[in-house]
Amino acid sequence: MTTKRSPLRPLFTVLALVLAVMWVFPVYWMVNSSFQTSATISGLTPTWLPTSGSWTNYRAVFSDSTFSGALGMSLAVTGIALVVCLVFAFLGALAVSRFRFRGRKSFVLAVILVQMLPAEAMFIAQYKMISGLGLLNSIAGVSIIYIAMVVPFTLWMLRGFVAGVPADLEEAAMMDGCTRFGAFMRVTFPLLAPGLVASGVYAYLQVWNEFALASVILTSDQSETLPLWLRNFAQPSSLGMIEWGQVMAGSTLVAIPVIVFFMIVQGRMTSGLVGGAVKG
Amino acid sequence: MTTSAPARELLDAPPPPARPRTRRKRPRLPYLLIAPALLALLVGMGYPLGWQVLNSFREYGLAQQFGEAPAWVGLDNYIALLTDGGFWSVLIKSVAFMAVTALATMVIGIGLAVLMKSIPSWSRIALQIAMLVAWAMPIVAQMTVWNWLIDDRNGVLNYLLSYLPGVDLVGHNWLVDPWSFFAVASIIITWASVPFVALSVYAGLTQVSEEVVEAAQLDGAGGFQMLRRVTLPILRPILVILLLLQLIWDLRVYAQIELLQGFGAAGDKYDLLGTYIYGLGIGQGHFGVAAAAAMIVLVFTIALSWFYVRELIKEDQS
Repeated sequence: MTTKRSPLRPLFTVLALVLAVMWVFPVYWMVNSSFQTSATISGLTPTWLPTSGSWTNYRAVFSDSTFSGALGMSLAVTGIALVVCLVFAFLGALAVSRFRFRGRKSFVLAVILVQMLPAEAMFIAQYKMISGLGLLNSIAGVSIIYIAMVVPFTLWMLRGFVAGVPADLEEAAMMDGCTRFGAFMRVTFPLLAPGLVASGVYAYLQVWNEFALASVILTSDQSETLPLWLRNFAQPSSLGMIEWGQVMAGSTLVAIPVIVFFMIVQGRMTSGLVGGAVKG
Repeated sequence: MTTSAPARELLDAPPPPARPRTRRKRPRLPYLLIAPALLALLVGMGYPLGWQVLNSFREYGLAQQFGEAPAWVGLDNYIALLTDGGFWSVLIKSVAFMAVTALATMVIGIGLAVLMKSIPSWSRIALQIAMLVAWAMPIVAQMTVWNWLIDDRNGVLNYLLSYLPGVDLVGHNWLVDPWSFFAVASIIITWASVPFVALSVYAGLTQVSEEVVEAAQLDGAGGFQMLRRVTLPILRPILVILLLLQLIWDLRVYAQIELLQGFGAAGDKYDLLGTYIYGLGIGQGHFGVAAAAAMIVLVFTIALSWFYVRELIKEDQS
């Protein structure tokens, strides 16, 4: 980390650009292929640019009724899980960062540990529970688990935002005659809006992308979410053929909103994961 | 150390200033506030966990599929697993996969962070954007596009590799040989995880202040000494946390392996713990043994997480 400029600097720059191309290439290839007809895509040489591109593949995906069904399912599951999770996590974050109470430490520890649990260590038991409740293939069944999966990290992120608004501000408002609730709603809550947005986007990403649990609980074609739809859509046809152009169009449609939202919250998410180890 | 906003106050934070007016009410309010979150965790995680602990001691066989209650069998499920060569082979494969992938991710990520520190900002921003885009890809989209890249007939990877002298890979299926299958999985997961490591380490590197570096140079520190005595000690906490996270995440690769199996050849040879448990439980209905195997994964993850939580809390309090 010397401050001197290395004579190798131009070489490093070239290396960095090569690496940048390597990392972005799969994403580029997905978008590029999505614009090509099945004739060009199954040719012997790859087509590097989508210059003679068409929207045919996208039209094919949109006219596929399984896509709109999966989109509806994903929107419903994500919407329910997101709203419930934000409310629950927000209340919990308030308790943890504004009050000291018996059991607070254990609660915070439980929250962090639950967030680390892998889906595969729990999904058999969760499958049995949901199947026992008769909720397999239902929005309610998968939402129950998703809420429990997403509440911990959302709470953890929000806790930081709530702690970032000094309690003194509320005290001052209360001195000026606000009730405790009024002071909170007028002073603290508006300052928390960016935190709520960031945590909400994070929770959305988790639920929208979730695959492991969905593959266990949502097994019928009518109840698949978008990740399951894409997996099934990418399976070879009865003739052993895969329409790669259409599959890549579907893949792009699944990925684009995620990439956009991810860019918004990336910084906040990182600091939640590594704590104070990186001071941004 | 000053900390960032989301990490300011934690477990042993100083108590908020006393508010005499509300003191009498206070003890109930925080419990009411955490009640919904706690309830959600108990229903979605607590209850299944309890079921899993109990049922890892019960037997689910053919009779249970006809409605008979599962019998208590003590430690039989665990003994069956731990004396089964198949389970050991999956366990060892999973641990090796985790270690190799996490280590590769850390080495490449740290290398990229150091590289970012020594290039002009326009090329650094290009690299950062490329990393963010790759990082943002949903797992299903990642696996789908990689499968297209390595497609045996029209994949661009085989096409490009065949340009190398003496190599003809057109028509080569990378997912048939188990070693090749796991290498592909490991490369894809490394590709997807490096951005988080590289960007976090880079953020850490920017905090090694110029003054410290200059002071060390004045005291005669060379390049290697600088790395060992100045940079690494400052980066140590972030590196420990990142390594633990990578280990934990590279153990839970059910989604990636399951998707890759869907594209390639499925079978026992291609299993890691996640797909193995799925096959035992949902595939064959041996819920007792599957619960026991899941418990082993759970204990292993919690052990790793424990170190992570400790580091996270230590960092947050400093």
